[in-house]
Amino acid sequence: MLGRTANGLYWMFRYIERAENIARLVDAGLRVSLTRAGSSDEDWDGVLQSAGVREAFGEVHETLTAANAIDYLLRDRANPSSVMSCIDSGRNNARMVRTALTRETWEATNECWIELKQLLDRKIKAAELPEVIDVIKRRAGLIRGAFHGSMLRNDLYNFSRIGTFIERADNTSRILDVKYYVLLPAVSQVGSSLDNFQWESILRSVSAHRSYGWVYDAEYRPANIADFLILNVRMPRSLAYCYEKIVSNLGYLEADYGERHKAHDTAGAIKTMLKRGSIGDVMDQGLHEFLEDFISRNNQLSAEISEGYRFYH
Amino acid sequence: MLNAENLPRGPYQTYHEWYASQDPAHLIQKSRDAENIFRKTGITFAVYGHADSSEKLIPFDIIPRIISAREWRKLAQGIEQRVLALNAFLDDIYHKQEIIRAGRIPRALIEKNDAFLPEMIGFKPPGGVYTHIVGTDIVRTGEDQFYVLEDNARTPSGVSYMLENRETMMQMFPELFTLNKVQRVEDYPYLLRQSLASLAPPGCKGKPRVAVLTPGIYNSAYYEHSFLADTMGVELVEGSDLRVMDGKVKMRTTRGYEAIDVLYRRVDDDFLDPLTFRPDSALGIPGIMDVYRSGNITIANAPGTGISDDKAIYSYMPEIVEFYTGRKPILENVPTWRCSEADSLKYVLEHLEELVVKEVHGSGGYGMLVGPTASKKERADFADKLKAKPANYIAQPTLSLSTVPILVNKGIAPRHVDLRPYVLVSDKVRIIPGGLTRVALKQGSLVVNSSQGGGTKDTWVLED
Repeated sequence: MLGRTANGLYWMFRYIERAENIARLVDAGLRVSLTRAGSSDEDWDGVLQSAGVREAFGEVHETLTAANAIDYLLRDRANPSSVMSCIDSGRNNARMVRTALTRETWEATNECWIELKQLLDRKIKAAELPEVIDVIKRRAGLIRGAFHGSMLRNDLYNFSRIGTFIERADNTSRILDVKYYVLLPAVSQVGSSLDNFQWESILRSVSAHRSYGWVYDAEYRPANIADFLILNVRMPRSLAYCYEKIVSNLGYLEADYGERHKAHDTAGAIKTMLKRGSIGDVMDQGLHEFLEDFISRNNQLSAEISEGYRFYH
Repeated sequence: MLNAENLPRGPYQTYHEWYASQDPAHLIQKSRDAENIFRKTGITFAVYGHADSSEKLIPFDIIPRIISAREWRKLAQGIEQRVLALNAFLDDIYHKQEIIRAGRIPRALIEKNDAFLPEMIGFKPPGGVYTHIVGTDIVRTGEDQFYVLEDNARTPSGVSYMLENRETMMQMFPELFTLNKVQRVEDYPYLLRQSLASLAPPGCKGKPRVAVLTPGIYNSAYYEHSFLADTMGVELVEGSDLRVMDGKVKMRTTRGYEAIDVLYRRVDDDFLDPLTFRPDSALGIPGIMDVYRSGNITIANAPGTGISDDKAIYSYMPEIVEFYTGRKPILENVPTWRCSEADSLKYVLEHLEELVVKEVHGSGGYGMLVGPTASKKERADFADKLKAKPANYIAQPTLSLSTVPILVNKGIAPRHVDLRPYVLVSDKVRIIPGGLTRVALKQGSLVVNSSQGGGTKDTWVLED
């Protein structure tokens, strides 16, 4: 397989994952603004931060309003992480690697692009927002379904999966990092409605508010929430789960190619750290410091993968 | 579809009966369905110079163009003769140049032509094949009267439409294919791969590795490039994936560099090798011409084939066919005035309102004058251009092109068409029974190019 093809698959799936995660963040933000009394515009500040675009947003918009934020996150092509930009980039990468995709996967991606381009062509009214978010999630789900149902389990598949999970680990850790202070034991008042509400919003932004209840008996405790999203290997958006998948996919590539790279050691070390650590250790190290360190190691791994598999040269 | 007595022509008989039993509204709906299939599949092309409408669909008409086995046999014989002559001509002008010495073609016409590559002089491509893939543009003016409009011997495009049109028709109207015995076109990708692999260079040991070279996703024909790589099961590469190492052209893979033996390039000669041709080309591979000349890669089509489909050479095709095959051409050339010759120029200027004037090096229907439909001012402006650079132009009469029916809102209506069958050359010449029918969608229009609003149809060659 061409290095450029591996690169294209990797980024195609990173962008589609990101588009879905941005939609989820907007969903959580919307939920917050619906359930909270009074002005909600500053709640969007946190959403923009979680999406990693707060600063860039400030360069385009003088005032922060819900409408501005939503528009910037969903439609603005000047924002490279907006849903529309992600879908554009994801589909461009898919076109580039089209010969590597099954017809089903390509068509699901192309139809996603066709529908969203039309849907996001004009400003979204508040009343239409839930439906729009639904369409984005559904379309991303169709791509995933076509991909899982039809792709050969070979190196093409491995690079696609690695892209998905590097992006997801990045997204989950950013969501946690923006809200890390509400998870610190010192400042939280267990049982207060404000905290419950903040916690629920974190869980909602990774679509985990229901599953959390199953695992931790529906009782919001900050350490449990952090444990769920960082260390619980059964939670499909947790850092530990993402690294299980990254390491196994890198393992298939190693077996297939008979070649081991720096990336294998880096990924293995991160996985071990997540497997052996307890949430107590994480809190002792400092949640914010832990997440910052994780984000930078995750980026380093991404660079090592593109180096080892000759994505660019 | 109908003859002078308003009865269905032979090959259309079965289709005509079927058509008469269809609900017109249903057919219009099917026509929309077809468009959705094309959009979903992403069968689009880019129109240069339209930034905001960068991806367009080529309109597809659901009424097939039907050719009888008898008609096809004549066409196929004529095309084979012509393609063999083209290859013999290329071999000759890059070696002994007997046709020039025999005084049949002026030396200047070859050697002063930009499409003639001195780098190819004295070099024999693997298997002696120059044009691996040819798309011959043909028009019809009467029951048995066919003319060749152009020999596309560089990188003919459109074959993906031939295949996708058939696929779409079979999906939408399966019953038509049980009613009519239509010859298969679906084997084209396998035949193309076989054909390319059979012409591997002498330096290739083992199973030849084939790849398609594309300029990238922003090229107007990118869909076709990816389609061909996909259906042949070979890599689709860009210049940035390739480099010359150890005397071979190699591609950068996730496991390291691997050699390519046969490159089906969809990049023009000029851009192929910045060390030999245009130094500013970012699409090509520096040094590939050296690898080629040392027998370590096959380039299809061979560099320098453009000299054979040049519009100035076109007018000599009857002589070329006769010179190399010893027989009269089976298919006719459209009578052509070379404006470089004073008598011809005079005639053309006096008869502009009857003629089509084309640029010698132009393509895609750009930069031409269609005399009968042009305004007085357009004709006068064009006459000035002609006088300034006569050698840049040729002129041809407007032929009374045949029409075929297309589906319009009110039923069916006649439109002008041409036909591009695809030819594969290796140790033998294989012509795929069918081709791309391009249709002028505007009433009365003679311009069928997709860049100028033309559409396409499925083309059926019936079995005997």
